[in-house]
Amino acid sequence: MMGGRSSSPRRRLTERLLLAPYSLWAVVFIVVPLAFIAYYALTDNNFSFTLENITRFFTATSTITAENGQSQEVRTYLLIFARSLKLAVISTVVCLLIGYPMAYIISRAGPRAQKTMITLIMIPMWMNFLIRTYAWMTILQDTGILNGFLGLLRLPGLHIIGTESAVVVGMVYDYLPYMIMPIYSVMAKMDLRLEEASHDLVCNRLQTLWRVILPLSMPGVISGVTMVLIPSISTFYISQKLGNGRFFLIGDAIEGQYVANNLHFAAAIALIMMIALLAAMALMKHFTDRAFQGGE
Amino acid sequence: MAEQLILLENIHKDYGGKQVLKNINLYIRDKEFITLLGPSGCGKTTTLRIIGGFETPSAGVVYFDGKKINDLPPYKRQANTVFQRYALFPHLNVFENIAFGLRIAKKPKALIEERVGEMLRMVNLTGYERASVARLSGGEQQRVAIARALINHPRVLLLDEPLSALDLKLRKEMQRELKAIQQQVGITFVFVTHDQEEALTMSDTVVVMNKGSIQQIGTPTDIYNEPKNAFVADFIGESNILDGMMIEDRVVRFSGHTFDCVDGGFGSHEKVDVVVRPEDVDIVPEDSDKAMLLGDVTSVTFMGVHYEIIVDINGFKWMIQTTDFVPEGAHIGLFIEPDAIHIMKRSEYSGLYGDYSLDVDPQAISLGGEEEE
Amino acid sequence: MKRSSRIYTILIFVFLFAPIAILLVFSFNEAKSLSVFSGFSLKWYQELFRDSDTLRSVQNTLVLALSASLISTVMGTAAAVGIHRLRSKYARAALDTVTNIPMINPDIITGISLMLMFVFIGSRLGMAASLSFWTMLIAHVTFCLPYVILQVLPKLQQMDPSLPEAAMDLGCTPTQAFFRATLPEIMPGVITGLIMAFTLSLDDFVISYFTAGNGFQTLPIRIYGMTKKTVTPKMYALATIIFFTILLLLLLSNFADRDDEKQKRKK
Repeated sequence: MMGGRSSSPRRRLTERLLLAPYSLWAVVFIVVPLAFIAYYALTDNNFSFTLENITRFFTATSTITAENGQSQEVRTYLLIFARSLKLAVISTVVCLLIGYPMAYIISRAGPRAQKTMITLIMIPMWMNFLIRTYAWMTILQDTGILNGFLGLLRLPGLHIIGTESAVVVGMVYDYLPYMIMPIYSVMAKMDLRLEEASHDLVCNRLQTLWRVILPLSMPGVISGVTMVLIPSISTFYISQKLGNGRFFLIGDAIEGQYVANNLHFAAAIALIMMIALLAAMALMKHFTDRAFQGGE
Repeated sequence: MAEQLILLENIHKDYGGKQVLKNINLYIRDKEFITLLGPSGCGKTTTLRIIGGFETPSAGVVYFDGKKINDLPPYKRQANTVFQRYALFPHLNVFENIAFGLRIAKKPKALIEERVGEMLRMVNLTGYERASVARLSGGEQQRVAIARALINHPRVLLLDEPLSALDLKLRKEMQRELKAIQQQVGITFVFVTHDQEEALTMSDTVVVMNKGSIQQIGTPTDIYNEPKNAFVADFIGESNILDGMMIEDRVVRFSGHTFDCVDGGFGSHEKVDVVVRPEDVDIVPEDSDKAMLLGDVTSVTFMGVHYEIIVDINGFKWMIQTTDFVPEGAHIGLFIEPDAIHIMKRSEYSGLYGDYSLDVDPQAISLGGEEEE
Repeated sequence: MKRSSRIYTILIFVFLFAPIAILLVFSFNEAKSLSVFSGFSLKWYQELFRDSDTLRSVQNTLVLALSASLISTVMGTAAAVGIHRLRSKYARAALDTVTNIPMINPDIITGISLMLMFVFIGSRLGMAASLSFWTMLIAHVTFCLPYVILQVLPKLQQMDPSLPEAAMDLGCTPTQAFFRATLPEIMPGVITGLIMAFTLSLDDFVISYFTAGNGFQTLPIRIYGMTKKTVTPKMYALATIIFFTILLLLLLSNFADRDDEKQKRKK
């Protein structure tokens, strides 16, 4: 019944009345603010045009001292950006490796067990991420639970807090549910008979996984990866708490400039990050589109 | 029955550049049962929705009782609709669904109870008041939809393929019941269907539509016996449609033979379409004097009351319905009475329908889908 | 379930719940230590309930979440109805894109972008403080709207379009038809949207952080402030209360779901 819509003037008026508040809201509070990022990024404190904020991102340097005492001159923000990217990619891969089997196990459980497990996965997600991160801080501290536990087993203590590993643990913990949920929802809809059919054919379990389940669950994997990668690239706080502030990430850089009231430079970092993310997503879309076409 | 209740004048309707109705002219008399009949996408539902007020015509005028109602919204029209999938309100029970119109009109409680009771009796659903509509069978939902539409005492009931979701047996039952309800309430019914048999059995007037235009308006008998063009002839019942030429009034030539007929008024040697219904052909021995055409039987199908046989005459496959058994491969003669030959002017549909050489009924293809415009 | 799957599942759930369990346990610790449990005590809870700043932030959070979710649900539902009726492909694509922006964009970008605009306008208007409850409310409505639309739109698409028509046919004006036929049909989506908006608003820290005024502190911002200083188990007590509130809400909604399914099965 597609044609079941009349196009009388009266109808068009209602349509406009219904959409007007939202459209106005979306333009004023979604589109215009994004323009403000660009505006601030490309102006100085007197709001006259400048590229200084952008060049500062690429050229600012600082000296860091490595553990062996050697000093080194580095491009501050490029280093921070590279580090954010590295930790985000590692966290995403770890989330995928841990989350994928979990999603598969849940999707193959009975309907009641599925529901219970999904609820359980979601509970930590509903706790504020500050609290979750904070909990890990108490666990991973040198005098924390983990080392207390290891001590009981007469094992040597681990120094984790303040390392990149701690930051990765925090990110994985915070974002794992965002990886499991989309993959699970795709797998739950998958036809079990496909799996059985492929078992009937020559495929063994591993081949079934590789040839049938993995390609079919790709849409879930893609949205899971996006949902973990984007917040973990842009996060602040996690590295401040678990990295002892030693591993500044791009989100921390933005927050730092905000706190220091350097709004124009904060906007410049945000703009660059946004462009980088858009480019990354476009690339990902390009490759997955190609992969899907190739698969058919 | 003479009073003209609804008049559609030069109605056009476009959807984003696509013409779905082209110059529709139609009047509907008070208290008649009129059916809009045609294949999927012919514009019948759009026409009904224009009468109901759910669509505004792109051009043309809709009159109701002599007044122009083009811009009158549905809730101000004296017409109510039975929708294709009934559109019962799932959050209300049977009683509240039927009472809906009266509740909107803020009628007193006592009156509502009385009228709903009346309606439930009419559609044989007394006792179902508190039932959830989702739990009713298709036929029961149908009855609730009819009761809900009739409770406001409309002057016209619009029915959009209301029987298409029911199985054959229930459908026949509902056909009879609908006709009885129409006579009982004594109002106009405008019925939309793609089922020609349904249209012929129920209606006072049938409007055959195709590709957004009216092909023919008439009583079921007119439509069947005097189709206006090859489309109508093919769409209504079975028919052998042949290329012919008028020799003079009451004489036509087709299939290599010259026949007497009863039609006239065509030009001399004008090309025409000739329709011969399968049940109007008599089989005679091939050497009989009465044999006008000779042919070979290529297939015989037993249909219960009659046999349906396909006869090859000079390469054109005819369908003939007969109660006499004829074996496959037999060489037979055919006899056609003058009044069994119906002559039609040539139209855009001439030559489109071919013969019966296909096993598949061409109508079955065109009627496959549900109405979707 | 196979044994290996079972072990794997248990390990994942230990990973997910161990930190929470530790918070719970140490919220009852007598001492301030975070690794040694020295004795059961409720003193951190008592301290929490004496902390008027925290209590006020809870109240603020609820007021904000309630207003933001109600506004975004009403506006989002109207928008969904409008989008659903929209026939121009281009207008629809444009609206879809704009709607997706706050969901795809990192929170920090959404927060920064709104903050910059508020600060700019505030300074042009010569206001002493550009950020307040109202800027936060705007920010929260903005990021909740897409989720409401996303919940309501599919319900409209699943609905039989004849339902509102049937209501109009029976005498309803278009407005009456919406409230009497359309709204009851899409209600599950509207409610899910409302709940999502409410919880998103409750939970949000990043966007709030950038758009909050000095005078208006929400619970997440308060927690952020608390964790900046030295650790006290008072925060654990707070986390414990939040955890059980969430658990209760989830259980309740699960029961509601189950009832709903039972009714459906009866049909």
